[in-house]
Amino acid sequence: MNAHAAEILAHAGFEAPAKLDDADRRIIVATQEGLPRVPRPYHAIAAQVGVSADEVMTRLRRMLDAGVIRRVGAVPNHYALGYQANGMSVWDVPEERVRELGRKIGGLDFVSHCYHRPRHLPDWPYSLFAMVHGRDRAEVEAKVAQIAGLLGEDDRGHAVLYSTRILKKTGLRIG
Amino acid sequence: MDAVDRQLINGLQGGFPVSERPYAEAAERFGLTEDELIRRVDALLAQGVLTRFGPMYHAERLGGALTLAAMKIPAADFERVAGIVNAFPEVAHNYAREHELNMWFVLATETPERIGEVIAGIERATGYKVYNMPKLEEFYVGLRLTV
Repeated sequence: MNAHAAEILAHAGFEAPAKLDDADRRIIVATQEGLPRVPRPYHAIAAQVGVSADEVMTRLRRMLDAGVIRRVGAVPNHYALGYQANGMSVWDVPEERVRELGRKIGGLDFVSHCYHRPRHLPDWPYSLFAMVHGRDRAEVEAKVAQIAGLLGEDDRGHAVLYSTRILKKTGLRIG
Repeated sequence: MDAVDRQLINGLQGGFPVSERPYAEAAERFGLTEDELIRRVDALLAQGVLTRFGPMYHAERLGGALTLAAMKIPAADFERVAGIVNAFPEVAHNYAREHELNMWFVLATETPERIGEVIAGIERATGYKVYNMPKLEEFYVGLRLTV
């Protein structure tokens, strides 16, 4: 196994599932569509799940600390807010530089998701994915040019894939 | 949507309190009453400006698995294949994109093993290859959209 593969596996270990019990799962199911808009939302969830409100809050805080919950708050709809050009920019960069470059690109404030994914040669030479949001394509193109500038010679080729249609969109279902 | 709504969208993308009266607590930061904040969040959800309000879960840490997959479908066959792919309950999102690989979807399954089974199932049902592109590493997730 080379060092890079070992690093990936170590990272995968870090992503290992948290230990969740039945009460956690019931809380997840009760909140995956969102929080009730009532003055005491955690009490409402507690009533639904059949545990105390303190228990609900303790468990939610624990899941936040463990990274099971990324954050609590509003999830905006890009399209409704005028960010209608969403370009998935994909980059062919040297494999041994992916991590360093990914951190750099992921740190840009206009990049939402940034991932290292496998290539599928010869059809798909790209391994670094960065989702770029803009009000129109010109704005996305300008931001992509900024990424290309940052990558310099490490940019061995790139493409921007615009979504033209949502074919299906459902929330993630758990439990 | 007014200036206050914009402040809420910008300021509520994370850090909503886990406490007895979280709306009252958050409302204070915006100079609103609890009731006003609740009504505005409700309205933003009803208008579709917000898609959700609550905890955002990390699928992999729940024991489930996610992957991004793509297919190369001839235009004439696109709608038929989209119908077949969308019928798989594990397909969470599916987008048409401008590229030779023109169909991109996210698979969400309860176990990592299930991803491979679903991909094989989609290939069998459609007759086309699925390019599986699971994330190997995540560098940043969580757009702070500013409006």
